[in-house]
Amino acid sequence: MRQDDFQPGGDRFPLTRRSVIEAARSIDAEERERALEALCAAYWKPVYKYIRWRWNRPVEAAQDLTQGFFAELLERELLDKFDSNKSRLRTYLRVCVDSFILNEDKAEGRQKRGGHIPHVALDFAAAEEELGATAIDPAKIASPEHLEEFFEKEWVRSLFALAVEDLRGLCEQRERTRTFRLFEAYDLEGSEKTSYEQLSKDYGISVNDVTNALAWARREFRKIALDRLRELCGSEEEFQREARAAFGWDAK
Amino acid sequence: MKFLSDSALERLRGGAEAPNLAGTRYRMLERIARGGMGVVYAAQDENLQRRVALKVLDIPGTDGDLTNRLVREARVLAALEHPGIVPVHDVGTLADGRVFYTMKFVEGRRLDKYIESITSVADRLRIFLRICEAVAFAHARGVLHRDLKPANIMVGPFGEVLVMDWGLAKILRSGDSNAVRAADPDATVFEKPKQSATGDSTEISMVTGHGTVLGTPGYMSPEQARGDVELLDARSDIYSLGALLRFMLTGHAESGSASGAVHLDKSLSAICAKATSTSPAERYPSVQEMAMDISRYLDGLAVGAHQETILEKAGRFYRRYRFFIFLIAAYLAMRVLILLFLHR
Repeated sequence: MRQDDFQPGGDRFPLTRRSVIEAARSIDAEERERALEALCAAYWKPVYKYIRWRWNRPVEAAQDLTQGFFAELLERELLDKFDSNKSRLRTYLRVCVDSFILNEDKAEGRQKRGGHIPHVALDFAAAEEELGATAIDPAKIASPEHLEEFFEKEWVRSLFALAVEDLRGLCEQRERTRTFRLFEAYDLEGSEKTSYEQLSKDYGISVNDVTNALAWARREFRKIALDRLRELCGSEEEFQREARAAFGWDAK
Repeated sequence: MKFLSDSALERLRGGAEAPNLAGTRYRMLERIARGGMGVVYAAQDENLQRRVALKVLDIPGTDGDLTNRLVREARVLAALEHPGIVPVHDVGTLADGRVFYTMKFVEGRRLDKYIESITSVADRLRIFLRICEAVAFAHARGVLHRDLKPANIMVGPFGEVLVMDWGLAKILRSGDSNAVRAADPDATVFEKPKQSATGDSTEISMVTGHGTVLGTPGYMSPEQARGDVELLDARSDIYSLGALLRFMLTGHAESGSASGAVHLDKSLSAICAKATSTSPAERYPSVQEMAMDISRYLDGLAVGAHQETILEKAGRFYRRYRFFIFLIAAYLAMRVLILLFLHR
């Protein structure tokens, strides 16, 4: 049996999806813009929350710095300097945020930003609300490990939230809105009290239909999340590492 | 966009782990365990109506180290048909792009758990000999296990011993290893040790290898721990077997690793020490030699690893022939009593 026998089929996970890192270095301005939009969509919330939490900046200043950071990422072509063999993109971006804020403090001349950032709606009010709902242990604030952990967790939250939105879109497109509602009720909002039996009664369908719908939604969610993740990684190796971190496959 | 709570993140992670078995002949039963490469599930083979163990990678894709390791493990297992090695049934790619293989579902206990119920040293040694048989077979087929430890040995309900988890296996070059090599042409390939003029089996030539350290501390040979891939041969597994034997007899893989350690017979202690010598040249040259020493011990004979004193020889002689010694002593005592009675 040859290695070729293990090639996945057409509906399987794409192996050669172009990463945002490659696309951001493209000479095609449109492709570059799209890549930065994808990057910004996945990272703006973790960056904003990190600035609020790690740098303890007030809401308005943090908003300004978040926009400023992504504008600088574009202007100074910081992604060109990223080497996936040396670090993870997420760690690189966090370090870039740190140095950006230090430089801004030194310059003491922070200006309102927004002119050159990618076209991504930044819902700061929602991010602020989420930050309020996040359990943070103040005793760990000074620990560098915890900073990394915090940024990673927010990055996973952001990645999964985007994947959930994509799944919602897919369900609407395939007229499977009930499937999404079941997924939402059980996997997103469910508690220990939520059961397949209860959902079966609520929706007037068999338990088997509930479990089949959830299995489909989970498979699609997984596929979408991995798809998005692969797009955000610079190499296959980084993708494998990040997938293990995002899904907790290392820790179990 | 919806805010995902920490508990929602956990549920999403849990839900995303299950493999998509659509289009296969397997039906998911339950999750058994997580290993270094992925997850093992119990599944029902609907065609053959039997339970199998299904090992699947977490991440889809046909390239990458983990995929290659899983496929190689399946192929190595397929080439090693032995009652002491878990048989593989099938290998392929699932609809979600993840590579998997199925193997015999082993109902039993891990060696470290099983051994707790075995109090007799002789019984423990007999189990160890079964492990040696499987490893010796693999070596004869040109395969090194490289991760022998209690967690990778299962003991079935009828006392059958199975060596599991061949994910770190390496393929040696030898006359009998062609089938295994054909299964994995990209594997790291070594020459078997050549016998030098002094009799030391230390000349080894390596063809490929990248020096990555893989294995388990405490059971890994020093050369494996250093990442000296070119130095690995059967004696690296013998080191692991020595640590495994010590664990089975004392509860600790490393010598002197705990206070209040179980007292170990000098011969057995010498066997463990010889197998776990820092220098490969000082270890047993083959698993068979080590197993023979254990068998000699079980038969009450002198073991090659230990030079006995006269007192030890006498003690062993007494233990081996104590029944006959008792009979002769009883006979002589009777003769003395009769003589005393006749001369009274």
